[in-house]
Amino acid sequence: MKIKTALAGAVAAMAFAPAAFAERGSDGHLSIIYWQAPSILNPFLSGGTKDIESSSMIIEPLGRYDQNGNMVPYLAAEIPTVANGGVSEDLTSITWKLQSGLLWSDGTPVTSADVKFTADYCMHPEGGCAQAAKFDKVTSVDIVDDLTVTVHFSQAMPNPYGPFMGGQSPIIQKAQFENCMGAKAPECTDANFGPIGTGPFRVTEFRTNDVIQMEANPNYRDPAKPAFATVTFKGGGDATAAGRAVLETGEFDYAWNLQLAPDVIDSMAAAGVGTAISAFGSLVERIEVNLTNPSPSLPEGERSTVAHPHPFLSNANVRKALSIAIDRNLLVEVGYGRAGRPTCNLVPAPALYASDNTECLTQDIEGAKALLEAEGYVDSNGDGVREKDGVELRVLYQTSTNAVRQDFQALIKEWWQEIGVATELRNLDASVYFGGDPGSPDTYQKFYADVEMYANNFDGTDPQAYLAAYRCGTEPKPSSQWQGENINRFCDPNYDALIDQLAQTGDLEERGRLGRMMNDMMTKDSNVIIPLVDRGRVSAHSNSLGGVVLNTWDSELWNVSDWYRIK
Amino acid sequence: MTETTQSQSTIPVRNQWWDVWDQFKTHRGAVIGGAFLIFITLFVLLGPYLWQVDAQKLDIRNKDMRPFYIGLFADVKWSWSRPLGTDHLGRDIMANLIQGGQISMAVGWTAMILSLFLGTLIGVLAGFFKRLDGILMRFTDLVLSLPLLPILLVMMLLFRDPLRAAFGPETGIFILIVSGIGITSWMHTARIVRGDILAIKEREFVLAARSIGTPPRRMITRHLLPNVMSPIMVSATLGLASAIITESALSFLGLGFPSDFPTWGKILFDSVDRMAAFPERVIWPGLCISLTVLSVNYIGDGLRDALDPRIRGL
Repeated sequence: MKIKTALAGAVAAMAFAPAAFAERGSDGHLSIIYWQAPSILNPFLSGGTKDIESSSMIIEPLGRYDQNGNMVPYLAAEIPTVANGGVSEDLTSITWKLQSGLLWSDGTPVTSADVKFTADYCMHPEGGCAQAAKFDKVTSVDIVDDLTVTVHFSQAMPNPYGPFMGGQSPIIQKAQFENCMGAKAPECTDANFGPIGTGPFRVTEFRTNDVIQMEANPNYRDPAKPAFATVTFKGGGDATAAGRAVLETGEFDYAWNLQLAPDVIDSMAAAGVGTAISAFGSLVERIEVNLTNPSPSLPEGERSTVAHPHPFLSNANVRKALSIAIDRNLLVEVGYGRAGRPTCNLVPAPALYASDNTECLTQDIEGAKALLEAEGYVDSNGDGVREKDGVELRVLYQTSTNAVRQDFQALIKEWWQEIGVATELRNLDASVYFGGDPGSPDTYQKFYADVEMYANNFDGTDPQAYLAAYRCGTEPKPSSQWQGENINRFCDPNYDALIDQLAQTGDLEERGRLGRMMNDMMTKDSNVIIPLVDRGRVSAHSNSLGGVVLNTWDSELWNVSDWYRIK
Repeated sequence: MTETTQSQSTIPVRNQWWDVWDQFKTHRGAVIGGAFLIFITLFVLLGPYLWQVDAQKLDIRNKDMRPFYIGLFADVKWSWSRPLGTDHLGRDIMANLIQGGQISMAVGWTAMILSLFLGTLIGVLAGFFKRLDGILMRFTDLVLSLPLLPILLVMMLLFRDPLRAAFGPETGIFILIVSGIGITSWMHTARIVRGDILAIKEREFVLAARSIGTPPRRMITRHLLPNVMSPIMVSATLGLASAIITESALSFLGLGFPSDFPTWGKILFDSVDRMAAFPERVIWPGLCISLTVLSVNYIGDGLRDALDPRIRGL
């Protein structure tokens, strides 16, 4: 009897299985909502997650990371390692082999020339490539044959998977971007708004900061995928509206990054139309401290550049006082509930790289006051704000418009007020703030504020590129079109030395030790970055959407070609 | 001459404003509206002295308190010391309504006065001086076609930092928003005033005044302005209402004041997420906005009747 039931079950499963493996385009339309609207589909020109993730449906890297942080080949035939001969013994080169028969969505073949071009495009000195850290130490990319390229590094690279791995460095088509090198990159609107790719979908219409219409790529390498014929990728609005659209009304199938108070998500999910999913990765909500002077009295082009150090935030003890005045446990309770945990680390995961730095977890208002006293900051005129030599501790604290972030601002402002630091709050529209438009004064890269708050993470399991972003001279500045990832304008030769040392170390234990040391230099020792909360990613999908695997190590849409409609 | 006739007559001397008041009193909506406006103005002005709770004080332990009228009948967390409850960070809602009301009302009144001044000035100039008419009215059409939101966005971008440096963050944004609303809402007043001036300009008493050599300045202040008072007053009340609504809309979109600076629109915006669980947090600020706007509209209605001599029956 039992065997019979089991057999019946197996037959039933077989009968239902074809729904999941239907032919291309058989499942109709897919609607995705990102409450930050994509402003460009070229991740090399934007650091924004929304831009990287939306473009990940269209252009693909050679390999991606799966939900456990393991490497999976995409355009490559296999992941090169030392064992299979893909990575040279001395760790200075890596040889990628493309799958044969790959086509771009316009029908032309994908060749190693495209891969080489992608590297040249991003490494162009005038381009201000937002993902330049991925190509750190690359000296040349050589074409071996039509399907093979070898990336040469200037030194041993224990983690040679920077270029062409993960959503941040996809392959772009040479024919399309050939005339868009260097300073001309932002001018190629057609290419930047509609890249020709190898991904499961291709763009039919792109409206900046609004909506992307896509259709299944007829030349996608798996003839049975994607299951959806068309996609609407809607951007904009706010997290609440996005959550409601998926969890309550069912207008959309997938909503990204629901940064909402936990009770709000629970009450939405109670409607039973969709499911909230979460996973922990390396996403850390942090306060970035500006080490340069953002004062509007400085001339444009010198504001927030290394030419002018910050009048008081360049003092490490002032930064430490700001950090220990914060009660991170309360922030988690108010803002994230189970979807967050307090942290003092820039790199909270994977375990190998996570420092045991827990000093900041206990709030210490008195200690913060004592630190400021010791530095000579006292409130001599009785206005509640400490000052020294006529410099008052007044900070402008900016972040994007978002209910949880505004709650954090209110709480942190109160704690800082207690230790005698006056805080002015500013919130900016997320599409502008993360938009990367060099003409806007309100982007997080320009950092025309004393401190700013946002969340960032790294994809893949190796934080080397992430930590390398804080190298001297890689800060956003006018000469790089305000692109760059060293948001704090941090510069420490010792840190740069560690970046280089990490880049030469192959032993995992040693890499972990170096990574933890660098993490501590940025956080515990200097408090240039004030980590607040290690955030689990919460996204939502409708109950009729199958195949979603939430991935915190790469683009959330990494396996969108496997998504299907549950019938 | 007039004085002698008046002193000899048996009819008691009566100021025309008494007539206006008598007529105004007959409009019940206007009287109720007026009473409410006085009440809400006193509420926001005197409130901080009577209700001495810091609107920005966070009190996490006492978060999510319900108002007393729910607390009395249901088993929920509430307290007489927080009669309208607290928000999700423990801020007192009553204190926030008072502080937010001050800002909203101040924005409303200032923007209204600014737009009234601009509108009347341009309307009178266009109506009175024929040579200016064409150019001023085309200018009015031009401004009329400008959308408010993009303009405010651009203004924010251009003037936020200079104004912040000069006046501090709150006053700077206040000036920005008030002038933004003011300079985009004077056009209707200007058109109405111009139309009335054009009509009155041809009346006999104006001709008479002109014939004895009254200079234009005196002509405008003595003869024309008092006669267009009624439409100006009406558009003033409408202007106040629309300024409060515009500020609310801006705060609602997150374009207005900083997040720690409550206005009625902002309180409403912050509470929308938890609207289903805590309806009082959107009802109270929403009521404040709509009742203020409604009462001002009724007052405008009553004033129009009262200021028009033909309706007043004189």
